[in-house]
Amino acid sequence: MSTPPSPPPGSSPALASQAEIDREIAAQYQSYVDSRAAGAPARQHPDRDYPPYRSSALRHPKQPLVSVGDPEDVELSGPVFGVTDVTALDSDLTRQHTGEPLGERLTVTGRVLDRDGRPVRGQLVEVWQANAAGRYAHQRDDHPAPLDPNFTGVGRCLTDDEGRYRFTTIKPGPYPWRNHRNAWRPAHIHFSLFGTAFTQRLVTQMYFPGDPLFPYDPILQSVTDDAARQRLVASYDHDLSVPEWSLGYRWDIVLDGPAATWMEEGRL
Amino acid sequence: MSPLPPTPSQTVGPFYGYALPFPTGGEIAPAGHPDTITVRGVVLDGAGQPIPDALLEIWQAGPDGDLTGRPGSMRRDPVTGGFLGRDGVDFTGFGRVATDADGGWVVRTLPPGPHRPGAAPYLSVCVFARGLLHHLFTRIYLPEHADALAADPVLGALPPERRATLLAERDHDRTYRFDIRLQGGDGGHEETVFLAFA
Repeated sequence: MSTPPSPPPGSSPALASQAEIDREIAAQYQSYVDSRAAGAPARQHPDRDYPPYRSSALRHPKQPLVSVGDPEDVELSGPVFGVTDVTALDSDLTRQHTGEPLGERLTVTGRVLDRDGRPVRGQLVEVWQANAAGRYAHQRDDHPAPLDPNFTGVGRCLTDDEGRYRFTTIKPGPYPWRNHRNAWRPAHIHFSLFGTAFTQRLVTQMYFPGDPLFPYDPILQSVTDDAARQRLVASYDHDLSVPEWSLGYRWDIVLDGPAATWMEEGRL
Repeated sequence: MSPLPPTPSQTVGPFYGYALPFPTGGEIAPAGHPDTITVRGVVLDGAGQPIPDALLEIWQAGPDGDLTGRPGSMRRDPVTGGFLGRDGVDFTGFGRVATDADGGWVVRTLPPGPHRPGAAPYLSVCVFARGLLHHLFTRIYLPEHADALAADPVLGALPPERRATLLAERDHDRTYRFDIRLQGGDGGHEETVFLAFA
């Protein structure tokens, strides 16, 4: 396809311009900065009600969350996975088909830790991503970029005793979406993580350093705290690059949420 | 030492469908187990519309109240790289289901036992969806165990209409209904109670 497709007439409501979204992002950011200046605590996660991300409008609770903190809550334990749940090839997203996928080959590695800095051992890490052209192997992705018959974009592994995970993949491309007019997601890899407790569950996205799309993206900017947002960006690590083979990125992950105290005492 | 700052959450997005759901994800009960219960429902947005791209995870105690869990929820075939399904014997306590085009979901599981003497058993649920920037936790309490429900500290602190959102309704024998409303709406439907853990 050599020209961009035009949307069918009347198919969608009027979309905001990037300039309008930029103003909303700036207003949300300023509101957070003001709240910090007034003594509010740092916000480590996105607010679920984030108007610049249009899909959040009807999908966030309006009532405050109900705080629970009984040390015997079921949620202070969590699901476990093992060698039966992954295969050796799962961590190499470039070897799941007969040929090599197109794109810049990467090693992505890091550690999964709890907030006390303890490694999360033997736990499941799942990733998914677009191909090098910015297309997902998903029927509902109608971005007119080519599918790659040699790339699905799904990986899994178990963390080792140091909490380390490691994937070989290709760099995903940025892609357009319809949050607003001319909306583009910066390149990212989706991550799904488990801790020792269900409370530590995390689904997030890893970004690549220096992406020019960062300021325009309401999903990344939904993390209004500068330091927190920076924690979603991997570091290029030349020592992880393999000569004549792949570029290396490092991204450590810290899981939020309490775990059972009896695990801290080593009685597991 | 001050705790490490956590990695922020980001939405699961619309395209997790070929990565996270797995065959038999909702079949938590060992196949053919006579005590199997079915829990079904829909996930709805603030306009009362079904959410076709939500993902639910269930974590629960076994019938004996045990919370140890076991591997094997997503057993794999090392020959093809595909999924083998559960082994039909072990109870892993974990399930994962994506909603269908009408926002519907179903899990078949064993009723959880009390995780401590006198506790009201429940299924813990983690909700992900496109449009949801940070997952939400809720609980499915089953309507049996009246005494334990009456003594449950979470339920006890809620007004009746809020409390009701955490109780599954018995549809018919061994089948329950539990709808999840991410946002209360003008139609008067009550938003599901979501939980934060200190």
